[in-house]
Amino acid sequence: MSINLNELTIKLAREKLDKGEISSLELTEACLKEIESSNKELNACLSVYPDLAKEEARLADKRIKTGEKGELLGIPYLCKDILMTKGLKTTAASKILKDYIAPYDATAVKRLKEAGAVLLGKTNLDEFAHGASTENSAFGVTKNPHDLSRVAGGSSGGSAAAVAANMCIFALGTDTGGSIRQPASFCGVIGLKPSYGQVSRFGLMSMTSSTDVVGPITRTVADAEIVLRVISGEDEKDATSASKAHIREIKEVISQASPLLAERLKQEKNKGLSLKGLKIGLPKEYFAKDLKKEVKDLVINRANKLKEMGAELVDISLPYTKYGIPVYYIITPSEISSNLARFDGIGWGTNQEGANNLQDFYQVNRGLGFGSETKRRIMLGTYALSAGYYDAYYKKAQTVRTLIIDDFNKAFKQVDFILTPTSPHPAFKIGEQSNDPLAMYLEDIFVTGASLAGLPAISLPAGRVETSNKKMMPIGVQLIGPRFFDFELIELGKVLGDN
Amino acid sequence: MKLKKEEIEHIAKLSRLKLSDEEIDKYRHELSSILNYVNALSQVDTKGVDPTAQVSGLKDVFREDRVISWEESEVASALSQGELEKGNVKVKRVL
Repeated sequence: MSINLNELTIKLAREKLDKGEISSLELTEACLKEIESSNKELNACLSVYPDLAKEEARLADKRIKTGEKGELLGIPYLCKDILMTKGLKTTAASKILKDYIAPYDATAVKRLKEAGAVLLGKTNLDEFAHGASTENSAFGVTKNPHDLSRVAGGSSGGSAAAVAANMCIFALGTDTGGSIRQPASFCGVIGLKPSYGQVSRFGLMSMTSSTDVVGPITRTVADAEIVLRVISGEDEKDATSASKAHIREIKEVISQASPLLAERLKQEKNKGLSLKGLKIGLPKEYFAKDLKKEVKDLVINRANKLKEMGAELVDISLPYTKYGIPVYYIITPSEISSNLARFDGIGWGTNQEGANNLQDFYQVNRGLGFGSETKRRIMLGTYALSAGYYDAYYKKAQTVRTLIIDDFNKAFKQVDFILTPTSPHPAFKIGEQSNDPLAMYLEDIFVTGASLAGLPAISLPAGRVETSNKKMMPIGVQLIGPRFFDFELIELGKVLGDN
Repeated sequence: MKLKKEEIEHIAKLSRLKLSDEEIDKYRHELSSILNYVNALSQVDTKGVDPTAQVSGLKDVFREDRVISWEESEVASALSQGELEKGNVKVKRVL
């Protein structure tokens, strides 16, 4: 074979599998080989299961031989280690769960399994998804495949690096405040954050329950669409997951404000998105004077490509953008402090001898088991929710959140989609940001808004910029759509292309 | 605004986190700095604006009240990593 099988896209792999040119076992073995040769350096994977994967691949090959058709049948993938995978370690990259075996599959994982996708292993992340660089992992940072001295981004750094390094055909990540999009941007791959409620959160260890989503990291936009189709859909086990009827209802309300978009909704899927007259908003707050010129040029270049194809670029304003980070960093720690209260160390985790009573046991287990960023966030949240402070912090933040959501609602009455940079800069060096938690929080400046509003957003490679050590590092462009317009957003992404 | 050592100790107790003296001091500085930053929200005029409870737009999500037992293997797995005694999970004494 002249092509390396592990470099295939889902679409190409599917063609070859269905034609019988390759087997899922060969595809899986190619990925496992790549993991074996580069994971020691990159540290993208926390656990790999060669025997299980090959067994799943053989089963997939049997299914293909019977003539079964399925877009993900036999396709190997890696899963962020914050999603439950039955019978396998699920650590959330934390010491407190270092030996924890998940007793059930997350719904997203279950749906992939039923579709015949082959699970290769679990990927590294910032502990409990707290971070933007994967430096907060208790098991070491994940290096950026394009420059080993730089981070892969976070919190889904392992998944993004693995896709960029061809360790798998696609990966699952999660995005709470940018954690799929930013690492995708740093690693030069595609990262899709679906609308909140599009994909079931059952089996996803909760971080910020009101913004958490599960989504794909892939090498092409078309691949991201395939994965989304398989994992999305209402789930009885997740009360915040949306039914088809609910999605239709929301989209109809939004379309009433935007007749052109409604037109397009009636178009046949195969025809793709027509750009003629499509309005793309460029929010001035995301292109401020201090945005690096090289980043701005690459992103505007992408906007101009859409313009060449018939779209209209519209300057818009999202005035409450600057409050996105403070809002997010009150709401997130608050919800985290509640969600992580369940980690009592009883029945698993680091067992601390010397704790004399239950209170001591909790305090020692959690104090030693959790990393510093996790503890920081738990304490921030506990403070923000405590008596006397709840109104001033949490309630105030949720109120300003309403204003941020309104900004987007107003914008989507003027334009159909929004285009912005994903990150103000390319991947930074390992250790560069980790001394200042606040500096790390500001990494999320362009990605927080879509999370707070529950909107679909995708990061696509926009080119590369030269960094201080003369490396050409990837930069991502972000497209944001109205709520539940995930598949239309993907169509727009396809127009911009995969690299 | 600067949080006092006692406040950090109190928050740590509420969060059930045992911290070293260095950690208490470190978090005192870091939390104070972060809280100062997020305090920017106090300048925002939110008169007449309702707080966001959730963005899903869903209301009254119900299901039939029927009992579905977990698979026995899943129950066994969930309980397998702790110290069991007569089918109960053993913990340290409370008092």
